[in-house]
Amino acid sequence: MRPSLGGLFLRFCGFSLMAVGGANALIPELHRQVVDVSQWMSSTEFASLFALAQAAPGPNMLITSLIGWKVAGIPGALVCTLGMCLPSSTLAVAAGRLWDRYRESVWRRALERGLAPLTLGLVLGAGCHLARAAGGGWPTALVVAASAGLAWRSRWNPLLWLGGAALLGAVGVLS
Amino acid sequence: MAPTPDDATAPAPTRGQLFAGFFLVGISGFGGVMPHSRRVLVDRRRWLTDRQFTELLSLGQTLPGPNAVNMAAILGDRFQGWLGAVIAVFALVSAPLAVVLMLAQVYAHLAHSAPLARALTGVAAAAAGLILATGGRLALRMDREVWSWALLVLTFLAVFVGRLPLLWVLLVLGPIGLGLGWLSVRREDRGSRPEVAP
Repeated sequence: MRPSLGGLFLRFCGFSLMAVGGANALIPELHRQVVDVSQWMSSTEFASLFALAQAAPGPNMLITSLIGWKVAGIPGALVCTLGMCLPSSTLAVAAGRLWDRYRESVWRRALERGLAPLTLGLVLGAGCHLARAAGGGWPTALVVAASAGLAWRSRWNPLLWLGGAALLGAVGVLS
Repeated sequence: MAPTPDDATAPAPTRGQLFAGFFLVGISGFGGVMPHSRRVLVDRRRWLTDRQFTELLSLGQTLPGPNAVNMAAILGDRFQGWLGAVIAVFALVSAPLAVVLMLAQVYAHLAHSAPLARALTGVAAAAAGLILATGGRLALRMDREVWSWALLVLTFLAVFVGRLPLLWVLLVLGPIGLGLGWLSVRREDRGSRPEVAP
């Protein structure tokens, strides 16, 4: 079932406030909602949209814009992007104004320290979700591992091996 | 905020300069804009010192929402009020959004092209690897405490294996993390020497 633009907006406002640790930490939940619950697309399509978002410059929240586009075209993309930015940015402005006052607050440090493990658990979950959604057998798994290794060890621009992986895929090595 | 005397920072940018700066940040970063935003905001424009940038980054990451967008909103507001926040966020997001939508149109036309679909599979796999490396590296830099590792693993299992709704995960594990973080900060403060202001 296709949602209304208003419904999309509200749903992404919710995502915006749940994205503790940024857009990548939200990926497991996006995948669950979009693929499993609402069935707007297949897992493979989700992975393709994520790959498209990687192929464009900019903040890594663009996957939410593409989900909106997939569901409701350009208006959907605009509505989802706005929903994803508006609540969290409003909160950020408010927090930024209070920031100095609570610089040394125990609670602020506790929040940073206590939420870091959650954030990282979500980000690692996102990586595994995407690896699984990319599909394919061991050649794909090998690309995941090689990319992780390169990102860990080398100082090359990731575009290099993202492009390499695209090439490997296009010529049919990964299917 | 009280202006900190620091010769590394330039005068507060105008609205036009805010727009130009964040536009540049937006169009030039691939796979997330964080490393690039440091280069623009600290090295080139000198709107922030390195330390201010790190503080802003940690605030942006603690708050919910896209990190880079949070930073743009906070910085825009600090320099030019709420209108500055709107300008900075719009400048950051608009051009990449236009580019990704153009890519999406191309993708829609070529959706049945098998090579394109397979190429995207390759990119998705590589992007997954990138995210895993980022998360792994940050995890190794995290405080080496048993509770934080346990919480990390629990969160991972909840969302990846259990596929539980994020809201539940946050509502249950968030307060636990906050409580344990509080205990850990308290313990550290009591254990350390009387703090000298930096």
